[in-house]
Amino acid sequence: MDNAARSQKEKQLIAACIISLVIFAAGWLTLPILSAKILLAVVLLLIAGTLFFSNDTGRYVCKRILLALITVLIIAAITFFSMNAIPGGPFSKEKAPSAAVQAVLEERFHLNEPLGTQFLLYLEGLMQGNFCISTKTGREISTTIFESFAISAKLGGYAALIAIVLGLCFGSIAALNRAKTADRVIIFFTTLFVAVPSFIMATLLLLVFCLKLGWFPIFSTSNQSYVLPVIALMLSPMSYITRLTKTSMLDVLGQDYIRTARAKGVKQSLVIFKHALKNALIPVITYVGPMMAYILTGSMVVETVFTTGGLGTKFVQGISNRDYPMIMGTTIFLATLMVTMTLISDLIYKVVDPRINFD
Amino acid sequence: MSNVPLLQVKNLHTSFITDAGEVKAVNGISYNLDRGKVLGIVGESGSGKSVSAYSVMRILTDTGRVTQGEVLFNGEDILKYTPQQMQSFRGSRISMIFQDPMTCLNPVFTVGSQLREAIRIHTDRTKEQINARALEMLQLVGVNEPEKRLRQYPHELSGGMRQRVMIAMALACEPDILIADEPTTALDVTIQAQILELMQNLQKKMGMAIIMITHDLGVIADICDEIIVMYAGKVCERGTADEIFYNPRHEYTKGLIRSIPRVTEKHEKLVPIAGSPVDLLNLPKGCAFASRCECAMKICLTEQPEETWVNDSHIAACWNNVKRMYEESKGGEAR
Repeated sequence: MDNAARSQKEKQLIAACIISLVIFAAGWLTLPILSAKILLAVVLLLIAGTLFFSNDTGRYVCKRILLALITVLIIAAITFFSMNAIPGGPFSKEKAPSAAVQAVLEERFHLNEPLGTQFLLYLEGLMQGNFCISTKTGREISTTIFESFAISAKLGGYAALIAIVLGLCFGSIAALNRAKTADRVIIFFTTLFVAVPSFIMATLLLLVFCLKLGWFPIFSTSNQSYVLPVIALMLSPMSYITRLTKTSMLDVLGQDYIRTARAKGVKQSLVIFKHALKNALIPVITYVGPMMAYILTGSMVVETVFTTGGLGTKFVQGISNRDYPMIMGTTIFLATLMVTMTLISDLIYKVVDPRINFD
Repeated sequence: MSNVPLLQVKNLHTSFITDAGEVKAVNGISYNLDRGKVLGIVGESGSGKSVSAYSVMRILTDTGRVTQGEVLFNGEDILKYTPQQMQSFRGSRISMIFQDPMTCLNPVFTVGSQLREAIRIHTDRTKEQINARALEMLQLVGVNEPEKRLRQYPHELSGGMRQRVMIAMALACEPDILIADEPTTALDVTIQAQILELMQNLQKKMGMAIIMITHDLGVIADICDEIIVMYAGKVCERGTADEIFYNPRHEYTKGLIRSIPRVTEKHEKLVPIAGSPVDLLNLPKGCAFASRCECAMKICLTEQPEETWVNDSHIAACWNNVKRMYEESKGGEAR
């Protein structure tokens, strides 16, 4: 870079600093709560990051976090307004409480305010980490979410780990034994597991191993009771990863650089597990990122069948109880997790495949 | 041992087993390669020139099999080597560079790590020595800013640069033979000349023998000591570069030479060889080239021509050559 361009860049940097300081000062004085002020500062820093970070990964991460914040906001808005568009409210039941009680309840949950104000009040709470309290149980939503997420994450963590490890192994085995018995068996079962919906699989597992054979207990906190839901949860993603790995492994094994590696005298096992697998991983990572988010937050179906009390169950209960804060809380939590997982998988992508250019 | 050629290929047959049947890619080729010599193998796509080289390296794909023949390196049959022996043999005694440098380097590892791997496999040097050797090799093949290149990924290098890296990788362990499978085909013309010159210089410096595989006779005219012309997995003609260019005896060789563009003759149209290559699934009974040959005779369609010696360095497998030599010998007697 020559001097003129450098001084140009410096000028831009100084101008941007001044502008953002002014915005920040104005925001600090006008915004009512501390967390909003902090949020503003973070957003300004991120914008500065997208413009002035010298390496493209840094710029990309800043840009993605900004976009993630906007995404979560939009999702919150859509959930909030569509939920309110449905007729009825959390307290309209067959045995409706008296008008006076209803009024007090509505006052407490700000349901008597106009919609826009309700939304803003909710966001204000959210910024302070306050997910509000459940209209059904009266408990803090954040407590419920974190308690149930602990169960879902344990289930999902095991399921995802097993799915990835087994998927990669089976996929490689199938690719290396193409059109032989091992390949045929693996492909038969993975096709089966992809095709059978998880609620049927979950119900079958529950029926056979729990009720008929009695090998595993009905869901409790014991480790043993995690086995069946983990299996039900991991079968389909494992099969999908197996098939993806097989296809991409076969593609990679036919590439010229594999021939180069063999011509160099690289050991056959190293050719496969170093030279081929790293390339074959690239399409798998694209799938694994969102899958992790999906599995970690708990499949609603599998969790409901096994009555695990995880996040998925709570989400479904929230919807059927028309528990506005519960639905909002879980949705925002899931959205944040999903966005984070996608971002992480994109960054891992860059680590595995240096050709990826974020700009 | 001195009179044993470095590499002897004897009656090599290679086939690919496919669903459609056995594809006979190489049908009995033989040649010798002496230490420090350059052998050119010429032929069109599908003539079996690359497959014959892969057979020597034993890096055929799963469906490929060497069905017959011997490959003797210093008198030892490497087709009988165990996979472990073969691993330490490849890259250290014979190494290979390929046609398309854009796809031959692994895209997810740095140039340095691939180069160092090639050195590490065959030597027990320390990390520093390996690094130094990698740097030295890059300098030797004329890569600019070698320290920076070691840290870069293949996609950050140009095609010519990548081919230089491939050459550095192949020569890092000072092999006795370098097999170059169409090393310049995927490069543009100015780079082609540079790469060929580089290979010639390196050959002078390091003294390895080269097997140069190409479909372009023009490319190998100056650098080869001996040339083999292949068609349908067989040797059509074998001889010194001069004999092939100035005294071609096989009709296919003549056709190839007619199809080289010449700078000296203006406005002359190139003469292509009509027709398309034979179906390797069903080889014809007679000469494989007969259906495309302008001078085909009856015997060409029914009987395979045998290799006949024109002189002690020149072989041709063509009935027209047999006829010509017969006529010449009769003419000689009559005189």
